[in-house]
Amino acid sequence: MTDVRERVAALLAEHDPATTDRLDFLRARFDAGLAWVHFPEGLGGLGLPRAQQEIVEAELAAAGAPDNDPRRIGIGLGMAAPTILAFGSEELKKRLLRPLWTGEEVWCQLFSEPGAGSDLAALGTRARRDGDDWLVTGQKVWTSSAHTARWAILVTRTDPDVPKHAGMTYFVCDMTDPGVEVRPLRQITGEAEFNEVFLTDVRIPDAHRLGEVGDGWRVAQTTLMNERVAIGGRSTPREGGMIGVVSDTWRANPDRRTPEAHDRLLKLWVEAEALRLAGIRLRQQLANGAPGPEGSAMKLAFARLAQELSGLELEITEDGLRYDDWTLRRPDMVDFTGRDAGYRYLRAKGNSIEGGTSEILRNIIAERVLGLPSEPRVDKDVAWKDLPK
Amino acid sequence: MSDPNLLTSDVEEALRAGVRDLLADKADADAVLGRVESSSPLDMDLWRTLVDLGATSLPIPESLGGQGAGWREAAVVAEEVGRAVAPVPFLGSTLATAALLHLSDDTDAQEALKSMASGESVVVLAIPLSGPVDGPLARTVRSVADAGVATRFLVPADGGLHLVEAASVEPVVSLDLTRPVWDVTFADSGVRLTGSGESAVDSALLAGSAMLAAEQVGIAEWCLTTTVAYLKQRYQFGRPVGSFQALKHRLADLWQSIVLARAAALNAADALATSSADTRVAVAVAQSLCSTVAVRAAEECVQLHGGIGMTWEHPAHLYLKRAKADELALGTPGKHRATLASLVNLPG
Repeated sequence: MTDVRERVAALLAEHDPATTDRLDFLRARFDAGLAWVHFPEGLGGLGLPRAQQEIVEAELAAAGAPDNDPRRIGIGLGMAAPTILAFGSEELKKRLLRPLWTGEEVWCQLFSEPGAGSDLAALGTRARRDGDDWLVTGQKVWTSSAHTARWAILVTRTDPDVPKHAGMTYFVCDMTDPGVEVRPLRQITGEAEFNEVFLTDVRIPDAHRLGEVGDGWRVAQTTLMNERVAIGGRSTPREGGMIGVVSDTWRANPDRRTPEAHDRLLKLWVEAEALRLAGIRLRQQLANGAPGPEGSAMKLAFARLAQELSGLELEITEDGLRYDDWTLRRPDMVDFTGRDAGYRYLRAKGNSIEGGTSEILRNIIAERVLGLPSEPRVDKDVAWKDLPK
Repeated sequence: MSDPNLLTSDVEEALRAGVRDLLADKADADAVLGRVESSSPLDMDLWRTLVDLGATSLPIPESLGGQGAGWREAAVVAEEVGRAVAPVPFLGSTLATAALLHLSDDTDAQEALKSMASGESVVVLAIPLSGPVDGPLARTVRSVADAGVATRFLVPADGGLHLVEAASVEPVVSLDLTRPVWDVTFADSGVRLTGSGESAVDSALLAGSAMLAAEQVGIAEWCLTTTVAYLKQRYQFGRPVGSFQALKHRLADLWQSIVLARAAALNAADALATSSADTRVAVAVAQSLCSTVAVRAAEECVQLHGGIGMTWEHPAHLYLKRAKADELALGTPGKHRATLASLVNLPG
């Protein structure tokens, strides 16, 4: 077996992080197969078990090597990359994965539409064949990073005459193409982290299709399973994330303590610690395998805790009635715990909506994990064009 | 601090399979229900089979006749005991084992551990199941779990721990049918073991709490699995009632809380097994969470079974009673959170 430690040592010997340009180092790391070791050779990996990645990360961090700022490129790393790897042509993988991983090219996700949220398969953005290309027209929404993205993963309707799950096709879309228009969508925090994206006769080459024509739903499932792991499966130190912020606020403000708030804080501390442990356990389970449904449990618990904790924080903080800044801002990164308590409270409301609502996650758990029957469906055998909209 | 190992090993899973098979065979719902109403509510034939399997002496060193395994393995057995609500003196015996291991320089303690490992005696720590009370020990200790089958007692008194043979044991009507309690009165103070009784009891409570958390995970899982199976086959309004989102979402939430409870319980057992500096925090987190999750699982089990869940013949009540008694045992969730508050510097 390839010894990743030797590979890391060789990379560091040839490219001293202290004297190498950040981007040059990241490119060299990708080319050495140390970007994501479970990816194939030539695509940033070495075909090794996922567990070995931790060794690489630890060794490189210890050597003071720069990272690829994963929080800024989460959609590319967590969603686009696994889907491109699973369904893209060799040519596409070669072209897209390296700048995706180094962060040179930011990715966004063109899935949700005004009429297709939880019911993603109802989406109506049309792709029509035109020679070797497709012409795409429609409207997408809730698109984080669209204003910084070079590329998008895009799901479209290619056949309206068959039931909705059967008539979808998945593409990668160049966000710099004519016909792509990005408009900021201001959210309850005051800032515009996400966007509306209008697509008007956007020309996408057939070579940028992922999976077969009509197989877009299955391809999208790969993306979404990885998203839930990416959102809920991180390992954090004790009192990492929101619980740490709130615990520190508690310690700093003895005057605002009440027995009721104390008991709530302790209950949440226990749950946050258990969630952290469940994340460690999930990562240990995943080390050599594929993501399973447990990621849904992690995300469900994470969202509830973030909301309860951020609500409690406003009650125990010094200036719960103040807010830092309502002016429209365009962040290039999602930040759940930054800024002030009011921002955290408002931003956390999105945690149970983005990436699959908590209600949909409960359905997924009930049906896929517990094996309970689905609700009776009225849309299964009806052509997409005949569905009430 | 490096991450704890929160996966079970193949050896631990093999142990689980053996114990689960045995309990499914000897302690199914009908057998347990019949047993708890008899004059000998604890199943000592089953206990002896568990002893022969080595499942009762896992943390006892091989030099003293035990399995020389550890608390991770013992937690696997605890979880299966919970899943079956098996009426065996597992908790009382666990508490005594941990206390004796703490005093194992004492030859009487060594001898007691040997006789426990061989199954010759059942030793029980004489504290109220709800946790020890401060102050001087009364001559009568109320509500001691598993006391009715004890052949010897460990009695905390005057700062020491005493090994006592003679005691009068009075059955009481217990809330929990599968882990009944007895009032125990001591006539003499027996043999005082060398070492601090207080720290021996403290270490017993720590180990007992971690094992109880594993038991609570087993209880919660049985309640969830049984409820899910029932809701798949119970039809109302022309559909399986398990297809209604209002019920599915409750069960999804319950499953999610069991995922967290399991991680917390594994962490407590692993901390204990590795003598981690983090053991007190790990145990307080596990007890506070697993107690609550097991009670909620049992309460949901009764509610979602509808009328049948309220009957004596359905085993749901055995799990509800065990879960509620376990919540009180060795400190309520609120008490464990109060402990945690000082451990992690979150003063009230």
